[in-house]
Amino acid sequence: MTTTHRRAARRRDRPLTAAQRENRAGLAFVTPTVLVVLVVVVLPIAWTVLLAFQDARLVDIQGMGLLGDWTWDNFTAVFGAPGFWSSLGTTLVYAVGGTAGSILLGLAAALALRRPFRGRGPLRAAMLLPYVAPVVAVAFVWQVALSPQYGIVGEWGRRFLGWERAPAFLSTRGHEVSLLGLEFEIPLALLTVIAFETWRYFPFAFLFLLARLQAVPATLEEAATVDGATVSQRFRYVLLPQLMPVVALLSVLRFIMTFNKFDDVYLLTGGGAGTDVVAVRVYEFLTARYDVGAAAAQALVLALVLVALLGLYFRFFAGRTREEA
Amino acid sequence: MSRARVEERVFAVLRWVVIAFLALITVAPFCYMLLLSVKPIDALLLDPGRLWVSAREFTADTYREVLRPASEGGQGFVRMLANSAAVSLGTVALTLLAAVPGAYAVGRLRFFGGRHVGALFLAVYLFPATLLAVPLFVLFARMGLQGSLTGLAIVYIAQTVPVSIYMMRNYFATVPRSVEEAAALDGCTRLQTVRKVVLPLSVPSLMATGLYIFMIAWNEFLFALLFLVAKPEKWTVSLGLQQLAGGIEVSKTVLMAGSVVLTVPVVLLFFAAERMLTEGLTSGADKG
Repeated sequence: MTTTHRRAARRRDRPLTAAQRENRAGLAFVTPTVLVVLVVVVLPIAWTVLLAFQDARLVDIQGMGLLGDWTWDNFTAVFGAPGFWSSLGTTLVYAVGGTAGSILLGLAAALALRRPFRGRGPLRAAMLLPYVAPVVAVAFVWQVALSPQYGIVGEWGRRFLGWERAPAFLSTRGHEVSLLGLEFEIPLALLTVIAFETWRYFPFAFLFLLARLQAVPATLEEAATVDGATVSQRFRYVLLPQLMPVVALLSVLRFIMTFNKFDDVYLLTGGGAGTDVVAVRVYEFLTARYDVGAAAAQALVLALVLVALLGLYFRFFAGRTREEA
Repeated sequence: MSRARVEERVFAVLRWVVIAFLALITVAPFCYMLLLSVKPIDALLLDPGRLWVSAREFTADTYREVLRPASEGGQGFVRMLANSAAVSLGTVALTLLAAVPGAYAVGRLRFFGGRHVGALFLAVYLFPATLLAVPLFVLFARMGLQGSLTGLAIVYIAQTVPVSIYMMRNYFATVPRSVEEAAALDGCTRLQTVRKVVLPLSVPSLMATGLYIFMIAWNEFLFALLFLVAKPEKWTVSLGLQQLAGGIEVSKTVLMAGSVVLTVPVVLLFFAAERMLTEGLTSGADKG
């Protein structure tokens, strides 16, 4: 008994090793940040989960405890609400379109601006404008430019392209188009919103792809050229495999961000004309109906769908891209 | 001509087409914004397709109307600019304060659970804002914090902490260990080492991160809409512009002037620090 006591005391007296000290310093330094993240992010999200299972409205939330009566009502309301499934489909189309568009345009931009030319520096800086400018301002510029009454796009379309009248880009659900004698309808407002998303976020993809492109050793391409590879072959067999990990990362990041996007759609169309993505519905539940429980349930369903999609992605695609790279 | 030569020519032309196209789509909308902001509204309605403004038409009344306080019949954007600046600067200070220790620990120190914490910080970046919006809306309504700029700045921490940690931790990892060891030998504690050696060496990264946070906070719209909409005297510029655009009584050219006022500070800051910023954001991306 006494010997063990003495041994423990001796261990306490011994100075800490460098690794132990680093361990303590690490824990000490990380604790405040973890606490902040817990308070501003993790706890609110946990509360969302609780709210989703309660019959909560903003009017009676004052008197309500943290743990009310549990109910599935919010979820039955969310799944049964008119337009839920179509809204989920719209969100999916919007996210896939926006992600693919911004990455493809970013890739084209990175390839075009890869080698130096006069004015590359200023152009590179200017290309980031859509990404850094405030979304409210640029959405408003798009609204005005696309307006059928006083927008420049419609006016020029009439003048130079011979349009009969300017289409209302942001408020037309289905636009009749005849191509090669075939009549069909395109979801014009949704496509416009996707174009906006592509425009606003291609600089993000461009930055990452350009950084990766410039890290590809020049010798790789030179060797391929000596072996007689053409420009497109060098891209397909030398550059693309090098870029794939970044493209995969960007796809996941952009998909998550676009899937949850609220302000771009809300500012452009207000969620009308076939662009009612789920994030806008959450906002409507919250502010128009003050139905906190339904809003929480809707947000939760959105997040779960996202998790499921990402799970599928990692199950089927991530392994393959890693092999290719 | 061989396939290689044909391709070379085609792609050489295509490259310039792409460059011209990119220059057009990125710069033109902002020129359009500037142009309409100095045009009288009737000139716009009369001929929407015209791309210049004559010296006779040129007007700065739009800016006067936007900036004048509401009491004098203007839109009061000066006050909104002050609100936006206060919220954004507050967010920068709070976020850096919260993120620096964690970023240093994750980027430099080996400690128990360090990798998991690093993964947690990254995961937080991916949590959707809509999940946060509901409980924070309720919380603010309950605590009577609606319309509080301080409350808004605290909420913005959630948006900015993860990306700040990511940016700074890559930089902290590049500060040479030997410098820190030298400081330790001279008798500095770990905290002193960070304060007197690591942070001064990391000023470029801190600036880049601070700027990025400022931009996120300045441009943010959803939470400003949720928390401030009932109190017009607390509106940020983003919110103010959107609220005015919803009405019909303010002419579009005046709103364009508002857009310019909203965009200029961020774009100026960005061009002042462009190189620093893009490098801070993508450092580490080239490691694959």
